Amino acid sequence: YNSSLTKPPPAKYGGRHTVTLIPGDGIGPELLTHVRELFRFCCVPVDFEIVSIDSKSTSDDDMNNAITAIRRNGVALKGNIETNHNLPPSHISRNNILRTSLDLYANVIHCQTLPGVRTRHRDVDIIIIRENTEGEYSSLEHENVPGVVECLKIITRKKSLRIAEYAFNAARQNGRRRVTAVHKANIMKLGDGLFLQCCKEVAAGYPEITFDSMIVDNTTMQLVSKPQQFDVMVMPNLYGSVISNVCAGLVGGPGLVPGANYGKDYAVFETATRNTGKSIANKNIANPTATLLASCLMLDHLRLHGYASMIRKAILATVSETRLHTADLGGQGTTSEVVQSVMREIESKGPRTSEQI
Amino acid sequence: SSGDGIGPEISTAVMKIFEAAKAPIQWEERNVTAIKGPGGKWMIPTEAKDSMDKSKIGLKGPLKTPIAAGHPSMNLLLRKTFDLYANVRPCVSIEGYKTPYTDVDLVTIRENTEGEYSGIEHVIVDGVVQSIKLITEEASQRIAEYAFEYARNNQRASVTAVHKANIMRMSDGLFLRKCREVAENFKDIKFTEMYLDTVCLNMVQDPTQFDVLVMPNLYGDILSDLCAGLIGGLGVTPSGNIGANGVAIFESVHGTAPDIAGKDLANPTALLLSAVMMLRHMGLHGQAKKIETACFDTIRDKKVLTKDLGGNSKCSEFTGEICRRVQDME
Repeated sequence: YNSSLTKPPPAKYGGRHTVTLIPGDGIGPELLTHVRELFRFCCVPVDFEIVSIDSKSTSDDDMNNAITAIRRNGVALKGNIETNHNLPPSHISRNNILRTSLDLYANVIHCQTLPGVRTRHRDVDIIIIRENTEGEYSSLEHENVPGVVECLKIITRKKSLRIAEYAFNAARQNGRRRVTAVHKANIMKLGDGLFLQCCKEVAAGYPEITFDSMIVDNTTMQLVSKPQQFDVMVMPNLYGSVISNVCAGLVGGPGLVPGANYGKDYAVFETATRNTGKSIANKNIANPTATLLASCLMLDHLRLHGYASMIRKAILATVSETRLHTADLGGQGTTSEVVQSVMREIESKGPRTSEQI
Repeated sequence: SSGDGIGPEISTAVMKIFEAAKAPIQWEERNVTAIKGPGGKWMIPTEAKDSMDKSKIGLKGPLKTPIAAGHPSMNLLLRKTFDLYANVRPCVSIEGYKTPYTDVDLVTIRENTEGEYSGIEHVIVDGVVQSIKLITEEASQRIAEYAFEYARNNQRASVTAVHKANIMRMSDGLFLRKCREVAENFKDIKFTEMYLDTVCLNMVQDPTQFDVLVMPNLYGDILSDLCAGLIGGLGVTPSGNIGANGVAIFESVHGTAPDIAGKDLANPTALLLSAVMMLRHMGLHGQAKKIETACFDTIRDKKVLTKDLGGNSKCSEFTGEICRRVQDME
């Protein structure tokens, strides 16, 4: 996957990059530890600056430090930070704060059927481009009258044009033929209507790409019956959550799909479906594939393509081995077995010279 | 109300099957196409409203919404007129109509009056639009109560509230709170909560884990269609709308299919299953089971199927086959 709208940070002296690492909650810490282990094994020229923001952090200082660190390094790899949704509204989701503070406006998820993973649908290859900073996630709610809550969904021309531009540019860069805007403009005539209008305007500048649109409920129905019809999809925030989770489920689940959040100046990588996986944490049963693949997306972003490809190939070879499948894929493999297999796979390809990398 | 397009022919099909089953239903046909009342306000024709107020139960075919300026959505008008606050869609896998998903047996219960469909939108400044999602204590309580009562009356084991209170803390938080409160009065039903995105993720991997789902308007719109997709689409999915004062309107949710209207090609399954839902709502479980079984057996047998189900038969032939089976059950 090729993204040229976000500029990667330059390497430091000695060709090494510093990346902010946010372990988060649940399975985040253990899986990111495996990433560090793997990177050390492969001698990847990346140093991690660990910033611990999790559900136990209560002060704003912790968040500010994390944001500053990411601004300094330009790139981050993170686990999901759990949100206690029983706390008052003033306690906003940490993940959301990161996205909006760093203006990571494009959440990009590439859902592809992987060889060796049994799913109900074959040949799925969808790139989802989700507006990541406004819409229903604006955190603007009030209760003017007791028992009556208003929640504001904000759609702006500026951000709609921006995400549409991102989507069409990504489609062009990756040789994709069609962009579908997902919306509910028949009901939200002004809000989603504006979003749709912006997509149409941007589409005019990309005549070689087919543009169409589909109402979100019909889209989900189409996805579970004929997902092969979709190519690139662009949408506002909430529909993005729905569609990306449906698509991740179609290709094998939360343990397999990596996700990326791109802004003009910063990029943050994580799993596509952003699960904490509390119930399976620290049991050595979580599937590390999504997190490992997210680290490869990060390496590509840093222009370390050699390392990215090497590790990605090894991961895909491992995931096609049914006997190594973790519980989420119906197997009994452990997390460490998967990681060991990736390392063995890399080792078996022989030593690499710096020219090859 | 037969509705438009294929509406009349599938309604006729349903009435024929009900007759064959000797179902104790007397049909009163009324047109619900909106008319402009005194004062210029759009409304349901008085005869239709009076009939519904009296009988309380209605069956509706698909309606086309004219694209004329100012013409309201038909469904919206019906909803407002009868305060149809709960949209109920049972999604059950149909043996013989194969989809990639098997053993689906869940029910989506969608709050149908507020939420994201409040219709309140403003242009704040040029290029900035604000759409308002409204969640009230009253509507949330009402839908939660309906969901738990439905679960109890239909021997369902659990109710799951679908929400995004991690992001929409106040609004979805209120919805969730009311569900939790109502759950306290239904200790015989298991109550769980799940994020919308997690439901989507899990639904397409293993829909058998779900039972009754209750949620606000938009999530309900999306999930009910997603679930319909799992069992084969809108052509085979029943739907019921529950209103205040005991009113209930059951309907097929597919379109009017103008291209095949009047050609005896339509599939009456969705409307028929909605009518079966209606019988169950009225307590006529025996009749409901008989008709439903005849329908499913016909589909499973694969000998007489309409085109959309993969066959070559006419609507009348499909209907006739179901009637025959129903009569054989006597």
